[in-house]
Amino acid sequence: MKYAMVIDTLKCVGCSDCVVACQTENKVPVGYCRDWVTESVNGSYPQLNLELKSERCNQCDNAPCVRCCPTGASHKAEGGIILVTADECIGCGACIASCPYDARFQHPDGYVDKCTFCAHRLKEGQLPACVSVCPTKCMYFGDIEDPTSKVSHLLKSRKYKVLAPEAGTKPNVYYLI
Amino acid sequence: MNNSRRSFIKISALGAGGVALSSAAFSAIPLNDTINSGVSKIKPLPLRRTATYCEVCFWKCAAWAYSDELGSIQKIIGNQNDPHCFGRLCPRGTGGVGMYSDKDRLKKPLIRTEINGKQEFKEASWKEALNLVAEKMQNIKDQYGPESMALIKHGSPGSHLEHLFKAFGSDTIAEPAYAQCRGPRETGFGLTFGSWVGSPEPTDIRDTKCLVLIGSHLGENMHNSQVQEMSDAIDNGAQIITVDPRFSTVASKSQYWLPIKPSTDIALLLSWMHVLIYEDLYNKEYVEKYGHGFEALKKHVKPFSPEWAYGITTIKPDQIRKTARTMASAAPSTIVHPGRHVTWYGDDSQRARAVAILNGLLGSWGNRGGFYFKEKIKIPKYPHPEYPHPKWGWKEIGEKFPFAEMGNTTEVIKASIASEDQKYPIKGWFVAGTNLVASVPQKNLIEKAAESLDFIVVMDTMPMEITGYADVILPECTYLERYDGLRSSPNREPSVALRAPAVEPLYNTKPAWWMAKELGNRLGLSAYFDYETIEEVLDWQLKQIGSSLEEMKKIGVKNFKRKSGPLYLQKGKPYEFPTQSGKIEFYSDELASLGLDPMPVYTPHETPNRGYYRLNYGRSPMHTFSRTINNPNLSDLTDENTLWVNPKVARIENLKKGQEVWLENQDGKVSQFPIKVRVTERIRWDSVYMYHGFGHNNKKLSRAHGKGISDTDMITRIKVDPLMGGTGMRGNFVKIHIENPAKEVMI
Repeated sequence: MKYAMVIDTLKCVGCSDCVVACQTENKVPVGYCRDWVTESVNGSYPQLNLELKSERCNQCDNAPCVRCCPTGASHKAEGGIILVTADECIGCGACIASCPYDARFQHPDGYVDKCTFCAHRLKEGQLPACVSVCPTKCMYFGDIEDPTSKVSHLLKSRKYKVLAPEAGTKPNVYYLI
Repeated sequence: MNNSRRSFIKISALGAGGVALSSAAFSAIPLNDTINSGVSKIKPLPLRRTATYCEVCFWKCAAWAYSDELGSIQKIIGNQNDPHCFGRLCPRGTGGVGMYSDKDRLKKPLIRTEINGKQEFKEASWKEALNLVAEKMQNIKDQYGPESMALIKHGSPGSHLEHLFKAFGSDTIAEPAYAQCRGPRETGFGLTFGSWVGSPEPTDIRDTKCLVLIGSHLGENMHNSQVQEMSDAIDNGAQIITVDPRFSTVASKSQYWLPIKPSTDIALLLSWMHVLIYEDLYNKEYVEKYGHGFEALKKHVKPFSPEWAYGITTIKPDQIRKTARTMASAAPSTIVHPGRHVTWYGDDSQRARAVAILNGLLGSWGNRGGFYFKEKIKIPKYPHPEYPHPKWGWKEIGEKFPFAEMGNTTEVIKASIASEDQKYPIKGWFVAGTNLVASVPQKNLIEKAAESLDFIVVMDTMPMEITGYADVILPECTYLERYDGLRSSPNREPSVALRAPAVEPLYNTKPAWWMAKELGNRLGLSAYFDYETIEEVLDWQLKQIGSSLEEMKKIGVKNFKRKSGPLYLQKGKPYEFPTQSGKIEFYSDELASLGLDPMPVYTPHETPNRGYYRLNYGRSPMHTFSRTINNPNLSDLTDENTLWVNPKVARIENLKKGQEVWLENQDGKVSQFPIKVRVTERIRWDSVYMYHGFGHNNKKLSRAHGKGISDTDMITRIKVDPLMGGTGMRGNFVKIHIENPAKEVMI
């Protein structure tokens, strides 16, 4: 089993509901975030193209943050999710520097924090908070190794991309384009 | 009392005395299980859920508020069974937590007083504050009649006060949501189909094949169920046509984006009618069966070819033809959306009528994928004596507007300014849940009115700008801490939603229903408030419609079966539209009889002079009105607005990304604060754009104060809709200053 998130950029309106839902669900302190929305505009008026994307930790197969963590606090858990054990984290910041997605931050309590795919919710059979709240339903979540899952189906039937493929991290967050 | 007290004063007497917020106390015990070993330090306390509906905007999505054992709100999640949200709230609804946890909230009743020759607010007890409000209201009633006390309101607190006011004998009631927002489209659609569009709009977006948006940035305005249905429509391959001078988010999702020259929309609409009629693309069967005055319309639109419109709108004729054909091929599953904030250029009711007529030609009204027939449940009023009949009210105040169907806030404000020929003298205001200074343009009128009035009382949860003009401030608790009236709104099927308090009110705040009742008792109106608590009222009302308070606390939303008939027009069955002719009025005899244009006409509007840009404004998805800018969860996402300028404009004006600039409009009004420049291709070079609601000047709003500028503050010229009195707010042009021009003057 390997968890993946698939996000349809053709439907995202960039409202940032995913960000607020994450903050209230995971008690992310105000001023910090585990997910965020980016906007890119191409072309010139009136021939324009706009892409909105909800971004977060890519839960990479080949995760530099895990490799560089001196204490083992950053580790790969069930379903390929990368987690940080807060009590083992010494806050050295090596993982923050190694992440090509800038997805990690130092929590005011001293440890490094980031998206967990809402692992605590998955255990209860719930979707990550961002996915469950998205008003345009542009976010999908599931087991990419299960060929019958919605995420597998979407990746088979639609064009997609991942962020910074050149970094060789093999991300598990996909963007339908 | 002297008049100078009307100067805006900052609330400065908020003492300590508030209850400290219980912080989210989560233990740091990691669980054994592998997946939990690294989740983080979160081990939530058991949460309790309470039924509510959202008050952050007007969409009123039903939700569950989750609170912990310590009595603190932790999160808010949409109610799955609610047709307003289908279990998914928008960012504002999800961030509603911040409305409750905002430490800047109003905490105690405050009374304006003079201390050492200076205007101040002093903290007061509820008894003291309510006694004073009742005394002032009674004085106004005795001296001028109850009609001279006006209620300006918005949202849930408004309905409790409306009951108080009607019992008191005043029908002088208005809300900015009418003349400053959606009023014109209600008039335009009302004159054409006989029905208001209403809220939520009965647009069948879920099943549409073609959605046409004119200046309606769906998705940036997070009108929840519509945004969700639009997403479904995209999945189903629906075509989207967006008309907007700005490359809005939804323009980027559209097959056709028509980057129209601002203020020329009616020309485009007439030209679309021309194509539909003269290319024989309109729904003939529907028009013959249900239409009135089609031949007159046909003649009327003959000259308005796409070539004619091109010179006005800058939209190429082939684009106009193609989009008209796209609409026609999807019809009747086509929606030309009525929009929401439609007060632009003063001919807004006529523009809305053009939109309605276009829908009529396509056969959209009453057809699947177009507009459905909405239905709601009427909630019986708790028994009370008959209301007295006021001698005058909002109707008389707005008498020069033949089609006004609700109170016009601007006219109420004007009637509050003392003059010799004051026909309808207004002497006191009760302002509830609406920050007038940010929602109504022409701030000078508000200030003049404040100088004239005997008394102003403001009820709010936050120290909004309007509280600075008050004599008494009544701190309302947030929607998460109170009961309110039942939500019953029109949808495909009727539904009712309950709002119950998830936690006890923080500080010394109170719900509006309690304040209305307390004031009623003091004003000798106890017979109208013949109950101890609102729970009695709600339970009684719910029992009349086959539910109970007990049941609603468990389910939050109750959906009912339709009783009014089918959702759409039925083939072969006659249907009478509730208009004068019983048909869809392409030609309005009523308008003609009043000497008004029976069909919409295009009138050119003023355009900016060299060096000036049209000031356009709109919604940020994270904020509503001006009420959420200080919300810690939402200000964290967007804490200031920026000035969108095209790179060409940036070059001409020598502007750089992120640079702070000041704006000055054509009347010499300079923005109070600077605004940062956002250089983007998403905006035309003849306009600038900013999000609405920013630029708060009340220092008590610690996160919002001085962040960005207030668009409303820059609107000094309004174009008044002759039909219903709407205040068109797109008539101001601004020039951009790199230095603060106000400062230069001072030197």
